[in-house]
Amino acid sequence: MYNFDFEKPTTIADAVAALASDEAQALGGGQTLIPTMKQRLASPAKLVSLTGIAEMKGVCQNDDGSLTIGGATTHATVAAQAGAYPALAALAAGIGDPAVRNRGTIGGSVANNDPAACYPSAVLASGATVITNTREISADDFFQGMFTTALEEGEIITGLRFPVPQAANYQKFEQPASRFAMVGVFVAKFADGVRVAVTGASEDGVFRWSEAETALADNFSPDALNGLAVSSVGMISDLHGSAEYRAHLIGVMTKRAVAACS
Amino acid sequence: MTKITMTVNGKTVSGDVEGRTLLVDFLRNDLRLTGTHVGCDTSQCGACTVHVDGVAVKSCTMFAAEADGADVATIEGQAAPDGTLNAIQAAFQEHHGLQCGFCTPGMVMAAADLLKNNPKPTEAEVRHHLEGNICRCTGYHNIVKAILAASGQDVSQLAAE
Ligand SMILES: Cc1cc2nc3c(=O)[nH]c(=O)nc-3n(C[C@H](O)[C@H](O)[C@H](O)COP(=O)(O)OP(=O)(O)OC[C@H]3O[C@@H](n4cnc5c(N)ncnc54)[C@H](O)[C@@H]3O)c2cc1C
Ligand code: FES
Ligand code: FES
Repeated sequence: MYNFDFEKPTTIADAVAALASDEAQALGGGQTLIPTMKQRLASPAKLVSLTGIAEMKGVCQNDDGSLTIGGATTHATVAAQAGAYPALAALAAGIGDPAVRNRGTIGGSVANNDPAACYPSAVLASGATVITNTREISADDFFQGMFTTALEEGEIITGLRFPVPQAANYQKFEQPASRFAMVGVFVAKFADGVRVAVTGASEDGVFRWSEAETALADNFSPDALNGLAVSSVGMISDLHGSAEYRAHLIGVMTKRAVAACS
Repeated sequence: MTKITMTVNGKTVSGDVEGRTLLVDFLRNDLRLTGTHVGCDTSQCGACTVHVDGVAVKSCTMFAAEADGADVATIEGQAAPDGTLNAIQAAFQEHHGLQCGFCTPGMVMAAADLLKNNPKPTEAEVRHHLEGNICRCTGYHNIVKAILAASGQDVSQLAAE
């Protein structure tokens, strides 16, 4: 790994200032970035750790019932403290392994937008809001394709706000070696409709399956999905599974998620 | 270079590290605590598991500078000062929970992390907790058995493998 300067500010303002310089990069839990730097696929001149910023950590419930989670909150903390949104807590508890969950953060996962990551599906299906140091971005505008988001250079995710659905569930078909999602489906049922977000499958990263959303809005049961199929065009094909296999899994995992909701 | 200070197994230690120095390298190369192993260096195997402020982390995937001011526990601090093994270590010995021993420091630290929060885990909970710790020798069975025994549960009915 190439060397770099290390800074660990204790406030968002100091972190943003430190990130303003050229080739500076934010460091969350490092569970993605450190392996990437070891492979020399990233070589920042300066890393600005976000793990010492108390105002970016923790889970709190707002007056309207929604949950705000700090961007530097670890997966383990979300698993333990997001009990008001059980499907989200369960998703966090299923990421990687205990040691990864003790370091990895929700902000790092969402900023990275790995096509096989779990959190982006929860953010998109919940219609959550991504809060940064400068603005608020709706989930529908935030994810812009594999490893691509609406974040500007030096902008950091300070928190996320999740409306809590009436019912929700995340089903992950694990890639057995990495434990990432081969296909993961998050279903969230709200008073005014159903949102279905799919991760792991598409070459464009996380996406909403709108046909399923419409069908489930009329009839929230696994049977409502009978006859619906996702096209394999644009699905990921690799040694773990073909595009057709992933497209098929989306239907299967969506049914399981709906069944687990009701 | 950055000067860092932390507590390791109850003792205060300091050192000068580069930004890129990993916690595992600081432990092994600077402090000569070579009980913490590097198996994969890619955050997959868990051989490098240590505790930082009371929770298990992979020390190959954390910078030493991130542990500045932290309380770190490694395998070297698990036995009593006179060398008496702790309950988990003794159970690994008793139940043949290791063969080559390479994964063992990480397994013991992962087990300690589990039993602290879940003193009487089920077999399934033990296996689930060890997802990030790979052993290429034992087939895991005796590791799981040792951890269940260390938690004070009767393992005589568990199939011997
Ligand atoms: C063995 C293993 C198994 C895993 N399994 C899964 C899994 O099953 N599902 C899953 O979803 N993930 C999995 N992961 C990935 C894990 O969840 C990571 O923790 C996560 O993807 C990145 O979070 P981080 O905090 O570690 O970010 P880092 O690695 O520190 O950073 C990742 C990227 O995000 C940027 N960044 C970090 N924080 C912020 C912020 N607050 N604002 C803006 N940018 C930021 C960094 O600059 C970097 O570009 C696994 C990882 C490992 C090592
Ligand atoms: S050496 Fe750290 S996980 Fe393998
Ligand atoms: S005993 Fe050899 S790797 Fe586990």
